[in-house]
Amino acid sequence: MTLFSQILQFLFTGLTIGSIYSMVGLGFNIIYNATTVLNLAQGEFVMFGGLIMVFLTAVLKLPLFIGFPLTVIAVTAIGALFERFAIHPLRNASLLTLIIVTIAASILFRGIAMFIWGKDPYSLPPFTPGAPVMIGGAVIMLQTFWVLGTTLAIVVLMTLFFGKTIVGKAMSACSFNPMAASLMGIHVRKMILTSFALSAGLGAVAGIVITPISLMDYDRGPMLAVKGFCAAVLGGLGVGYGAVLGGFIIGILESLTAGLVHSGFKDAVALVILLFILCFKPSGIFGSEEVSKVKKF
Amino acid sequence: MGKENIRTLFILTICLGIFPFFIRGDYYLSIMIFIGINAITVMGLSLLMGYAGQISLGHAAFLGIGAYCSGVLPVKFGFSIFTAFLCGLFLSAIMAMAIAIPTLKLKGHYLAVATLGFGEIIYIIFNELLEITGGPSGLSGIPSIHFFGYSFKGGVRYFYLVWAIAILLLIFSLNVIHSRIGRALRAVHGSEIAAEAMGVNVSQFKIQVFVLSALYASVAGSLYAHFITFISPPTFGLFVSILLLMMVVIGGGVSIWGALLGAGILTILPEYLRAFKDFDILIYGIILMAILLFMPEGILKGLTVIVKWIKKK
Amino acid sequence: MDKEKIVTPPILETSRLRKTFGGLMVIVDLSFTVMSGQIKAIIGPNGAGKTTLFNIITGILPPTKGTIQFKGKEINGEKPHCIAQKGISRTFQTVELFGNMTVLENVMLGRHIRTKMGLIQSGLRLPGVRSEERFISETAKEKLDLVGLMQKANEPASGLPLGEQKLLEVARALATDPQLILLDEPAAGLNETEILRMAEIIRKIRDRGITVLLVEHHMDLIMGISDEIVVLNYGLKIAEGTPEEVKKDQKVIDAYLGVEIEYA
Repeated sequence: MTLFSQILQFLFTGLTIGSIYSMVGLGFNIIYNATTVLNLAQGEFVMFGGLIMVFLTAVLKLPLFIGFPLTVIAVTAIGALFERFAIHPLRNASLLTLIIVTIAASILFRGIAMFIWGKDPYSLPPFTPGAPVMIGGAVIMLQTFWVLGTTLAIVVLMTLFFGKTIVGKAMSACSFNPMAASLMGIHVRKMILTSFALSAGLGAVAGIVITPISLMDYDRGPMLAVKGFCAAVLGGLGVGYGAVLGGFIIGILESLTAGLVHSGFKDAVALVILLFILCFKPSGIFGSEEVSKVKKF
Repeated sequence: MGKENIRTLFILTICLGIFPFFIRGDYYLSIMIFIGINAITVMGLSLLMGYAGQISLGHAAFLGIGAYCSGVLPVKFGFSIFTAFLCGLFLSAIMAMAIAIPTLKLKGHYLAVATLGFGEIIYIIFNELLEITGGPSGLSGIPSIHFFGYSFKGGVRYFYLVWAIAILLLIFSLNVIHSRIGRALRAVHGSEIAAEAMGVNVSQFKIQVFVLSALYASVAGSLYAHFITFISPPTFGLFVSILLLMMVVIGGGVSIWGALLGAGILTILPEYLRAFKDFDILIYGIILMAILLFMPEGILKGLTVIVKWIKKK
Repeated sequence: MDKEKIVTPPILETSRLRKTFGGLMVIVDLSFTVMSGQIKAIIGPNGAGKTTLFNIITGILPPTKGTIQFKGKEINGEKPHCIAQKGISRTFQTVELFGNMTVLENVMLGRHIRTKMGLIQSGLRLPGVRSEERFISETAKEKLDLVGLMQKANEPASGLPLGEQKLLEVARALATDPQLILLDEPAAGLNETEILRMAEIIRKIRDRGITVLLVEHHMDLIMGISDEIVVLNYGLKIAEGTPEEVKKDQKVIDAYLGVEIEYA
C-alpha cells in the first residue's frame, strides 16, 4: 500500500471513530448547555445503544429497521429515568456533587450491563452486507458510510432542532438564562429532562452504528466519555458544531498516531489535545471568552 | 486543634495500637494496612475537595508516581529507598504544579478535567515504557523498607509503620485546618469572591492544596510499593482515581474524619464484593448511588443523623 | 504670618474611567476624588453603574479605559487580593459571608493579609503559630465588639439575621486594617433601628481615620452622614458636592424622576 492510500485509510478510520466521539461530544454539550453539568455517564448511553440492539436483533430476532428505533427509545428512556431519579433530586446540590453522581451512575450502568451481558464483546452484522470498497487504494468497509451518513444526518437534525423548532430554541434559551426562560413560560424542568433524553438517544444511535465495526462491551463507556468530552472541549464546550469538528479532529489524529507512530499511544492523543487546549485556549475552537466566563463551568 | 479532635485522635491511636493483638492472621492485618495507605491519600484529597472545593479525577496518577519511583529507582537504578521516595515526592509536586498552575487560574472546574486527562496519560505512560516500568506485566522485586538494620517486611511491623505515618499526617492535616491557612481554605470554599476581596490569593492557595494532596498520594504510593513489592499499571488507573474520589464523597466531602471513614468502607467493600463475581460492580454502583442520593452529606453526617434519631426515640 | 496650607493628595482618584460590556458603556468617563478621612457617598438610580464601579476599584473587573489611583499609585488591573493588601477593603451588596464558618472566624479571616504563618509552620504547629492565632483572635474580637456582635461570636455566620450579617461583613472588612473601606449598600434590607446602628458604626469607622466610600439608596442615611456625594446616572457623573449642593442640583432632581429630594 502506498503511503497515500495508507493515509487515506487512516483518514477514513479516523473519521469513523471520530463520528462517535462527535456524537458523544454533542450529547455532552446538550446536557451542559441545559444544566452546566458534565454528564460523565455519557459513554454508557453509547454502550447501551450497542448492547440493547444486539439483544433485540440477535436474541429477539427483530429486523434492523425495527430494532433501531426501539433501541433508541429504550436508551432515551434510560436517560430520562436517570434525570428523574438521580439528577432532579439533587438539583440544589453543588455542581461537584452532580458531576460525582454522574460518575456513580456510570458505575451503576456498567454494573447492570455486566450483569446482563457479561464481559464479552458483542457484534452486530453490518447494515448492508457486502465486500469493502476500494477508494484510492484504501479499503473502506461499507458500514463506515453508514456511520458517516448517520452522523451527518444527526448534525443536520440537531441544527434544525435547535435553530428552528420551538422546543429547541427553548432549550437554547434555558442554557443562557434559566430565570428569564422560566419567566417567558419555558418549563425549565422539562427542558432539563429533554436534554438528558436527547443526549441518551444520540448516544444510542452512535452505539448502534459503530458496533458492527468495533464491537461493544460493557466497559466501553468511560473511554468514549473521556474522548467525547475532549471533543466537546476542543470544539468549545457548549457549542454544538464545535463538538462535531472536535470529534473528527481527535479521531483522525488518533488514527494517524496509531498507524504512523505507535498504537499504544493512541489513547493519549485525545488527552494531550485536552491539556493543550486547557493551557492555551480553554474556551475551545469556537468558544468565546465572554461566554465561557458567563457560564458556570 | 480542638478538644474533640484531640480526643478522637487519642482513641484512634490507642485502638490502632492494640489492634494487632486482637486479630488472627495476616489477611485482616493487610486490610488494615490498605486502609491506612488509602487513608493517607484520602486525607490529601479531602483537603483539596472539602476546602479548596476542587475534584481530582486522576489522583491515582500521583499514587502511581510515588509507587513507580519507589519501585523503579531502587530496582533498575540502584537508588536507595529513601532517595527514591524523595524523588517520588519531587516528581509528584512538579507534575501537580504543571497541571494546577494553568488550570486553577481559570474559573470553574477545569482542574477536574485536566486531572482526568493527566491521570489517563500517566497510566498510558506506565503501560508503554516497557523497559523502565515493566509495562502491563508490572514491576516486581521492589525492596522492603529497612532503616538502621530494622526491616519492615512482616505484617505487624508494616502495619505500625503505615499507621504511624498516617497518624502523623493526620495531625499535620488537622493543624493546618485549624490554622490561618485552614481558615483561608474554608473561606475559599465558602465564598471565593469574598476571600479574594479580603486578600486571600485564591489561585495560589488552590495550587498549594493541590500540590499538597499530590504529595500525600505519593507517600501512599511509595508505602504501597514497598508493601506488595509488586506494582502494575491498573492499580493506578481511572477506576482507582474514581474510587478515591468516592471515598471522600461518601465519607462526607468536608470532614477529614469522614474521609477516613470513607477510606475504611471503600477498602473493605470490594473485598466483600469479591464473593459476588458477576454482581460486584452492580452492587458497588447501587451502594454509591444510594449514598449520594439519600445521604448527600456523606455517611459520617448520615450516621450522626441516625444516631440522633435513635437517641430521640 | 499665613499658615502654609498643606495640600494632601486624595486617597482615591479615578480619572476618565470607562467600562463597556459588549456594546453597553456602563461607566462613562468618570472622574472623581475621595479625600482621606472623608465619608463620601455615590448615589444614582439603579443601573447607574455603582456596583460595577466598586468591582473595578477592588480589582474584580478591569476598566476598559481610564485609571484609578490609590494613595498616588495606579491600581487598575491589579488583582483583588493585591488591592486588599494595599489597604482597600469592602462589603458586598448581596452578603458574601463564609457560611461554613462561625461569626468570629469570619472576622478572623480578615486578619489574613496582616499575618504570615504559612502551610508548613501551621501544620507543624510551631511556636509562632500559637501566638499569632491569639493575636488574630483578639483583634477580631475587638472588631466584633465595635459592631456589637460579640455575644454571637461562636455562632454559625449563616444563622444570623440579615441586619447582623451586614454588620459582620463590616467587621470582617475592618479586620484587614484598611485605609479605605467600600460599603456597597450597607443599609439595603435593614429596618430603621438597624440603619441608625449602621450609621453610628460608619461614623465610628471614620473617627478611626479610615476613609469611607459608600454606595447607597437610602437618602436619610446618605444626607445624614456624608461629607460629599457623587451622583451617577447611566454611568455618567452628573453632580459632585456636599449634600446641600447636591440636593439643590437641578440635574439631580431631574434624574430622580423630577421630584425634589425630600427627607423627613
